[in-house]
Amino acid sequence: MILVWLFLIPVIGGLLAWMIDRQSKTAARWISLIAVGLDFALAIYLWMQHFDQMSLMERGNWLVQVQYDWIPQYGVSFFLALDGLSLLMILLTGLLGILSVMASWTEIQERSGFFHFNLLWIIGGIVGVFLAMDLFLFYFFWEMMLIPMYFLIAIWGHENRIYASIKFFIFTQASGLLMLLSILGLYFVHHNNTGVYTFNYMELLGTSIAPNVAMWLMLGFFIAFITKLPAFPLHTWLPDAHTEAPTAGSVILAGLMLKTGAYGLLRFVLPLFPGAAATIAPYAMFLGVVGIIYGAILAFAQNDLKRLVAYTSVSHLGFVLLGIFAFNEIAMQGAVMTMICHGLSTGGLFILVGGLYERIHTRDMERMGGLWTTVPKMGTAAMFLAMASLGLPGLGNFIGEMLALFGAYQANITLTVFATIGLVFATVYSLWIIQRAFHGEPREQWNIKDFTGRHITIMAVMAVVLVWLGLYPKPVLDTAKPAIQKIEKSVRVQTMTKTSSPIENMTVTESSDVLKVEYENEEM
Amino acid sequence: MTGSEFNALLPLIVIAVSALIVVLQVAIYRHHLTSLILTLTGLVISFVTISIARASAPLQITALLKIDDFGLFFIGLTLVASVVVALLTYNYMKSREENREEFFIVLLLAVLGASTLVTSTHFASLFLGLELLTVSLYVMIAYLRTSEQPLEAAIKYLILAAASSAFLLFGMALVYAEIGTMEFSVLGTRLAESGGYRSVFVLMGLGLIITGAGFKLAVVPFHMWTPDVYEGAPAPVTAFVATVSKGGMLAVLFRYFIMTDGYSYQTVIIAISIIAVASMFVGNFLALLQRNVKRLLAYSSIAHLGYILVAFIAGGEMAADAIAYYLVVYFVTTLGAFGIISLLSDGGDEKVAIEDYRGLFWSRPWLAAGFTMMILSLAGIPLTAGFIGKYFVVTAGVGSALWGLVIVLAINSAIGLYYYLRVVVAMLSTSDEAEKLPEITVGGRIILGVLSLAVLYFGVYPAPLADLIHSMFSGLI
Repeated sequence: MILVWLFLIPVIGGLLAWMIDRQSKTAARWISLIAVGLDFALAIYLWMQHFDQMSLMERGNWLVQVQYDWIPQYGVSFFLALDGLSLLMILLTGLLGILSVMASWTEIQERSGFFHFNLLWIIGGIVGVFLAMDLFLFYFFWEMMLIPMYFLIAIWGHENRIYASIKFFIFTQASGLLMLLSILGLYFVHHNNTGVYTFNYMELLGTSIAPNVAMWLMLGFFIAFITKLPAFPLHTWLPDAHTEAPTAGSVILAGLMLKTGAYGLLRFVLPLFPGAAATIAPYAMFLGVVGIIYGAILAFAQNDLKRLVAYTSVSHLGFVLLGIFAFNEIAMQGAVMTMICHGLSTGGLFILVGGLYERIHTRDMERMGGLWTTVPKMGTAAMFLAMASLGLPGLGNFIGEMLALFGAYQANITLTVFATIGLVFATVYSLWIIQRAFHGEPREQWNIKDFTGRHITIMAVMAVVLVWLGLYPKPVLDTAKPAIQKIEKSVRVQTMTKTSSPIENMTVTESSDVLKVEYENEEM
Repeated sequence: MTGSEFNALLPLIVIAVSALIVVLQVAIYRHHLTSLILTLTGLVISFVTISIARASAPLQITALLKIDDFGLFFIGLTLVASVVVALLTYNYMKSREENREEFFIVLLLAVLGASTLVTSTHFASLFLGLELLTVSLYVMIAYLRTSEQPLEAAIKYLILAAASSAFLLFGMALVYAEIGTMEFSVLGTRLAESGGYRSVFVLMGLGLIITGAGFKLAVVPFHMWTPDVYEGAPAPVTAFVATVSKGGMLAVLFRYFIMTDGYSYQTVIIAISIIAVASMFVGNFLALLQRNVKRLLAYSSIAHLGYILVAFIAGGEMAADAIAYYLVVYFVTTLGAFGIISLLSDGGDEKVAIEDYRGLFWSRPWLAAGFTMMILSLAGIPLTAGFIGKYFVVTAGVGSALWGLVIVLAINSAIGLYYYLRVVVAMLSTSDEAEKLPEITVGGRIILGVLSLAVLYFGVYPAPLADLIHSMFSGLI
């Protein structure tokens, strides 16, 4: 039941915030803050409760699960379940949720009730995505988070918001429909095999699919997820959406929504279609590397500070893609770590840019310069976040990217070499932000206030968490470990059978039966 | 007529009788509200008698009609839609026309026609029902005889519908000439025995029947009349044309295909597939260009019929469920969308330009939320009924491995989003255009509230309706 509350709290909070807005704007803000705070507290509680078991637990079934009938005649159930991976993502969602509500405290003056409604519903949808273990339900949440995000960009965005919001919506919707087709394909394949109609993740895991069919079905999922991630060449919606969205929207987009793509790859693509995923792994890693370098180069070329930060996301998420498809535990751990740290550092940068925009009403770096003397606290925050973003040892991003590279090295040395070059580029663009915006001669005289307590709190939280993750990442790694091992095993088993019997491979249908058996043992 | 036959026909009889009662009432005591109440009473009683009819269903009554769950389901759907249309019309006509009472007579006759249509198992009854429906529609479209646009629309509809009826009739005649029967069930067996689809006459006849039906369904390339008629007709009538008339035609076509085993004839299926693909693309692309909400909805309805045809082509039990669910959803959403337009068009001109709705979100949040819900449901977004409907259609398509059609459907959903979102964007813009819109009456609010809740309910908890449909259609195939 606690899982249902994780999803319901933001949804109800959103409705309340909308209702109460007519009476008091401040009340709407407080309600939202309390709702996300409660959500976060619940996630922390879950973490604490299962912390010890998690590290002991090599078996790795769900920590908590809940299942109700929804459309029983079509095998659709309301099935939520939590493992270490989901838990980490939910913790991130809660934390970034709090920070984004705080960040928009003064920025959003118009129709703030509806704003918070949308914000909280996005968070509710994202929580749902991380928890849903029924593929229909997953798709439902996947689409559900889009509409409020569309509203968020279209109403409270910057100048070019309509274009950006529609582009965002169509990209994600169209790719989502491909995923729906794949989900249905899997559903029918499973029905043909067993005579049972079900969308249940656990039951679909054991489905044996002819290799060519598996490839097509896998591609449907894959395209949907790498559009969200986003990977080159499907990333073009991202710079527009991130740049035009209001601060909270950018934070949620970069920090959470992109992670749903990576999460989907880990949770669905790899375990459901291990063979097909293994086949495309080199290409996926290649796309990851292209994203790393291409994103970094484009980031460097931007004058618009927010757009620059947006492109760095393309670059960072390239490491995630690389790590996931390296198919070993260490690389996947790196991917998860990068997801969390990127959420924090990029979210922080967006909040910083948003704060700056609120003060000087421009995002153009040509007009900045020498801001450090005027707003030293902002400068310090920017410096810290830039360091995190470039992967300075001692901060979380370093751990994530290093682990991803370690793992990728075992899988493909050439690609890893190129990916490493991306780290150099990251240094360049990160320092470039500081250089152009905060150092040098001031180009215009800005008479602006520095960060106040609210922003300092936000930045301090970011900093503490990033340093903690950089120095002592063990709790996070331990939490993710069982889930990651489970996923990694499913792929390894598959690739092993592939190499051992190349001839048989032509006729044998691929399956993750081994995994299925394990799951069943665990549940006893 | 035996007792059980009488019971089975009760829904139709009640409608016919209520039409007569309203005729008498208008002759004796001309009063708008009384006519409305009588009409509604008739529709509701007819709806209640469906359960009586169900007790004796399935029952073949002469060769013409077959009262079964399939037919009764569509009769029920028609009746519910007609209740909404009657209520909307009452509000719409109040300020517009002197002699408003006769409208309800025609409406009831149209309902009778549609009900006959969906229960027919014979070319004669099919044609009879269809003409009863269509002729009533001429009158309904042209009812505001003092203004120009409805008359123009009615003339267009008259000519094209008459032509399409002629096609249909000629097609039936050709089939009859070759096979020698007009009963669907006999037709099926004889065609199978004689290999009749190899005969040129039969193929031509079937082609002409599909042409005639295509006109009524407004699928490409027989769609030309749709935008003009949608635009010109009074908004409640447009809602009726979009829902009842199309739904009835689709239902009888489906029954025809099931009973005559049309699915085993590849040529026909290929032809319908081409029609489906063309409808999706043409409907969506032309909708992109519209600045008039009614025309936009007209083109979008062309695309929606294309979606339904995907399930139609899929065939089988899942397809029947999908078609029925999609039609219910489509009925509710279309009635909601046109309902909003007609309620906002009180008095003067209809508010049909997208610009008229600018800023509606801020001046009337609830109304705008309802409208947004209808639009999102048409676009097939989760939490709305349209999503579940589309999901069922896609499931039916994938289930029959119609990958090509299903992918076309997915592409079209993405295209469709663009124009649906344009309407939403207009409502969200910070202009006060929408403040000029008239207030909506309490009755209107209730209708819209119920329709919005239905969209939400069918979108979040589809199990009961899906169950109902499944249990009613299980005997069909």
